[in-house]
Amino acid sequence: MNRTADQLRVMCGAEPRRPEPGDFTAGAKAIHEAKRNKREDFAKIFAEEAIYARKQKWKKRRWTVLIGVNLLFLLSYLLDVQALEGSLSGSRFVGFHLVDLNSALQVMLAHKHIIMNLLIGTATIGLGWFLLGGRTFCSWVCPYHLLSELGEKLHLALVAKKLVKDHPLHRGLRVVLWATFAALAYGTGFTVYETISPTGILSRALVYGPGVALLWVVALLAFEVLYSRRAWCRYLCPIGLTYGVVGTFSPVKVTYDLAKCHHELNCRKVCLVPHVLDHVIKGRATAEQLDVGPDCTRCGMCVDVCPGGALTFKITGVTRHS
Amino acid sequence: MSDPKSAPVQTDVRTQEKRRSFLKAAAVGAGVVGFALAGAGPVVLRKEQRLRPPGALDERDFLASCIKCGQCVQVCPVEALHPADLTDGFGIGAPFIDPRHQACDFACDVAQCILACPTGALSYEKPGFLTVRAGATLAAAPELVAAEKPGEPLQFKERMGVARLARPDACLSVQNRGISGPARPGFHGLKRYSDVDRWKPSHVDEHPYQLERCDLCVRECPIKGAISIEPKTGADGVVRLTPVVHEACVGCGTCQMMCPAEPAAIVVDARETWEGGA
Repeated sequence: MNRTADQLRVMCGAEPRRPEPGDFTAGAKAIHEAKRNKREDFAKIFAEEAIYARKQKWKKRRWTVLIGVNLLFLLSYLLDVQALEGSLSGSRFVGFHLVDLNSALQVMLAHKHIIMNLLIGTATIGLGWFLLGGRTFCSWVCPYHLLSELGEKLHLALVAKKLVKDHPLHRGLRVVLWATFAALAYGTGFTVYETISPTGILSRALVYGPGVALLWVVALLAFEVLYSRRAWCRYLCPIGLTYGVVGTFSPVKVTYDLAKCHHELNCRKVCLVPHVLDHVIKGRATAEQLDVGPDCTRCGMCVDVCPGGALTFKITGVTRHS
Repeated sequence: MSDPKSAPVQTDVRTQEKRRSFLKAAAVGAGVVGFALAGAGPVVLRKEQRLRPPGALDERDFLASCIKCGQCVQVCPVEALHPADLTDGFGIGAPFIDPRHQACDFACDVAQCILACPTGALSYEKPGFLTVRAGATLAAAPELVAAEKPGEPLQFKERMGVARLARPDACLSVQNRGISGPARPGFHGLKRYSDVDRWKPSHVDEHPYQLERCDLCVRECPIKGAISIEPKTGADGVVRLTPVVHEACVGCGTCQMMCPAEPAAIVVDARETWEGGA
């Protein structure tokens, strides 16, 4: 519980807390002690890692799902099959209402009246993403995430050539924006956030055709490529925070096995939200098994690059501990 | 040796970095919120109201409650609805009708867009706490000319707007002129032609007319008793056969779409209420 509270604080922008000596379990202490005197053969680890990373198992699965879901929206409309009608802010999946949580929040606060279909759609999506992991929405469905990933590649290439530099922003910004847009919806009676939501803009552009709004998305991407790595998803997007909260107690998580970890920190290099992987730093893990916090988008990139198999997906109640 | 010296320097660098990331975050956050708030501009500055789908709440309430998903856009059989672009500011993604380009002719029989709406932004019945503007409510439930069973009216209670003969001089009927050929050559919009196919709308330019006197706004109006052609005395004392809009007009825009004059002689004033004459 204490750890969950810590993780929520971290999601809201706090720095991960350095563990006190009293925080460690006996098992964790023993492993840290054993590792202290062991020299890792990093050449071997990186060779292994290269094999792992090249497969990109989760990335392939994830991109397939992301593109598939978004194409299903488009095809449902183009072919007039009633599979997934609407766009990401609100849709019907074979007739069942689905309503994006953040869009629903904006509408409820702005309109101050909730009809049954809106409630049903919101509850269905809330339950669905709770079961699937909350921010799983971000990396497995949100179309902006995919563009942002491509932008990140470009950004990293430019950084490697020393043409640009990453400027990290304070992570507390996202909470401030979340609260600001909630207050604006309530105060002005307009769904102010929808005006700039790249998720909504891209989803509508895909289904109903492009418009001027795409220029805003291009501007965001340019900002990420040239100035601040993955800025929108990392520091700004209120949708991410909403789904993060929903997924706090989700059964689907990435979990960490201290004994298998080489502490080479490759996971943190690929992670969108490296603050959730603070415990992989040598000497930080307080227990042998630790679940990754709610800000994790369950994208699986860390799982893909982990040479020791220390990071894996887990479904509480389904996955057995090895 | 250098420990006592380097330690404070390091913390200083860290604090500075933190300060910088905080200031940058504040600037970026202000920029994002500022850009979003600029969306108020088009809403405030727009001179002409958007024509919204049938059953739309009053504009402010409509924009508040619309979740911008476009399900209404998808179900419309004549593709009359379009999600607005960023140029509509806060109205981005909300559906509108450009009646000259494609009007709503109720080819769906029930206002399917209302059925598709997940939030009640389009609804048959307004929730009780919302006020109804005088003249917005239709005196009687609108009945379709093409109704399958007579006596089964449409279920929405308020009009979308009101049609108005904006340019009587351009009206073919007023000019005592007829029409031979398509209503608007090259115009590819969709409309239900019940006597051809009740269930499948077809393109307007596939249906040529042969009329001694143009009466397309009356002939093609989907609503019973919404418009008729009456003799009207002009300012010059001459009696001319003129389209007259009645209280039953729901403001769907079919007359504006069908009008052969360019630009249309008859137009819909979006969100207009009935004030006893047009």
